[in-house]
Amino acid sequence: MILVAELINDTAMLQEQEPAPSSVPPESPDAERSSAKPESLWKDMWYSLTQNKPAMVSLFFILLLVVIAIVTAVVPQVLPYDPYQQDLSQSFQAPSAAHWFGTDQQGRDIFSRVLVGTQISLTVGLLSMSISLVVGVALGAIAGYKGGVVDTVIMRVMDMMLAIPSILLAIAFMAALGQGIDKAIVAIGLVSIPEYARIVRSQILSVKQSDYVAAARVIGDTDAVIIFRHVLPNVLPSIIVRATLGISGAILDAAALGFLGLGVQPPAAEWGDMLGRGRNYIFQAPYAMIFPGLAITVTVLAFNLLGDGIRDALDPKARKR
Amino acid sequence: MIKYIIKRLLLAIPVLLGVSIIVFLIMRVFSADPAPVVLGQHATAEAMEAWREANGLNDPLIVQYFNFLFGALHGDLGESYYTHTSVTAELMSRFPATIELALVAIVIATVVGIALGVVSAVHKNTVIDGVSMIFALIGVSMPIFWSGVLLIILFAGVLHVLPSSGRIDPLLQPVGGTGLYLVDTLLSGDIEAFVDAARHIVLPALALSLYSMAVITRMTRSSMLDTLNEDYVRTARAKGLRRGRVNKHHALRNAMLPITTVVGLQLGSLLGGAMLTETVFAWPGIGKYVVDCILKSDFPVIQGAVLLIGVIFTIINLVVDVIYAYLDPRIKYSKEEG
Repeated sequence: MILVAELINDTAMLQEQEPAPSSVPPESPDAERSSAKPESLWKDMWYSLTQNKPAMVSLFFILLLVVIAIVTAVVPQVLPYDPYQQDLSQSFQAPSAAHWFGTDQQGRDIFSRVLVGTQISLTVGLLSMSISLVVGVALGAIAGYKGGVVDTVIMRVMDMMLAIPSILLAIAFMAALGQGIDKAIVAIGLVSIPEYARIVRSQILSVKQSDYVAAARVIGDTDAVIIFRHVLPNVLPSIIVRATLGISGAILDAAALGFLGLGVQPPAAEWGDMLGRGRNYIFQAPYAMIFPGLAITVTVLAFNLLGDGIRDALDPKARKR
Repeated sequence: MIKYIIKRLLLAIPVLLGVSIIVFLIMRVFSADPAPVVLGQHATAEAMEAWREANGLNDPLIVQYFNFLFGALHGDLGESYYTHTSVTAELMSRFPATIELALVAIVIATVVGIALGVVSAVHKNTVIDGVSMIFALIGVSMPIFWSGVLLIILFAGVLHVLPSSGRIDPLLQPVGGTGLYLVDTLLSGDIEAFVDAARHIVLPALALSLYSMAVITRMTRSSMLDTLNEDYVRTARAKGLRRGRVNKHHALRNAMLPITTVVGLQLGSLLGGAMLTETVFAWPGIGKYVVDCILKSDFPVIQGAVLLIGVIFTIINLVVDVIYAYLDPRIKYSKEEG
């Protein structure tokens, strides 16, 4: 009885001051004296992130891409040329002052198409990452929290999905579902579910043993409340890192599907699709493949650098190095 | 050790069954009716019905699955909708090309990746470290097919030193043997054919290896940095051993454990990446064949290929686990106890 009372007391204290995630470093006397003393995990993370130049440049670049995607969608007049307008007399013009990245076989301006391509790449990256994030986190949380048969069934299915290379699985989905960017989003989202489920499950298994979860159970919180209020917030940092890197993976997979001719329907501008269509003219018009590929690489690089930056910012051990 | 291997083998069975179920579900349940695609839009309803009946697509799903499973267990993956040739035979005739490409790629990735990683770790925070880390970052960010395209443009288009497609000059093609041209030509002593095969495989293998090379470089660096800080490395240095010897015999040897795992996993993912590389370089392997069949909705081929690669992937994971347990006895014992 005394034990329960103590636990309830502890719980009350814990609820007053949000449970400190284990990844927060113990504050050193130096940090206390410093005027820029970090107040929470997130402020601390943001502060560390701002100190990481490559990550900040990447963040700025990603924001720029978002702006380009929105502006070209809302006011397409800002583009130098209509990205869908065919003009066969302009077919395969080399890069020049008029066409910075040259023109493709149909005489369309590649620069304009690369700019418009940000819309599809960012959308696919964000949406498919969201699908795998939501489903993967839910499955991982249920498996880790419930344990037993539920855990075994969910995780075995995840193991089976992991037994097929993800790009091959996505290709198989596309072969079955048929062409289309909406289907590509679903296919890419589905194949990444197991990774999130595994991360969340293993984190939950360790968080589950902590005192504050035991305390929450003692005061009668339901499973859902415990998962959402106490467990998931503590798993969030690793999920955020995975999600940022997940976007870059999704963009790469989408480009691969596009390259194989399984992505968008013409005349939509998608980087992978542009690369795939330029394949037959590789020596005649290399620029038709170089610039869309460069766009994919730089975008993926930016998300990778940002993901690495967030991971370092959230991991005090890495920061000390 | 034997007990551990048997246990891991038994655990692989449900995973492989699961792979067959997933492949079957994707191809037979989620997919649209292949009849109009195969027979053409103008086929009559009767013709399509007869075609579905002939291909067993009207049977209950559970019957279809067990037919597929029993066929697969006997090495029969069905027939192509178009050519009516055995999928198993088609895949097997292309399998050596894919394996040869993947093996050469993993060798390049491992040798260069470990070398770069070690140099980076030993010269931490120097220009060399910076350059190889930038290379590793770009390596994981470049789409495999784009690096292939860049290599073709540079080495075949600009420098004209290497061929951009194919596996070997048809006149030099070896007959019979393992199907691995590098091995076959070498065994038959045909140096001209060997050089030609090597010239053909360099670009696709390099393109395919870049991603894995980058991953192995990063893993080697961080693993080496961990072991370089260990007491036994400091002790060895204090004893007066030369730095190179300590790096090689003390630090790298102990850092190899996580590197081995990564190399094994990368070999598996190379099989997925091969689909793209083979398409870029017109490499006559499973990947290119499957991609060609996807565009025609030739489901038995896709189904068979995905199953085959899933099985290989699972076997590779199994072998990696066993090697890992062999290298680090702690793993074997803790698992056996648990």
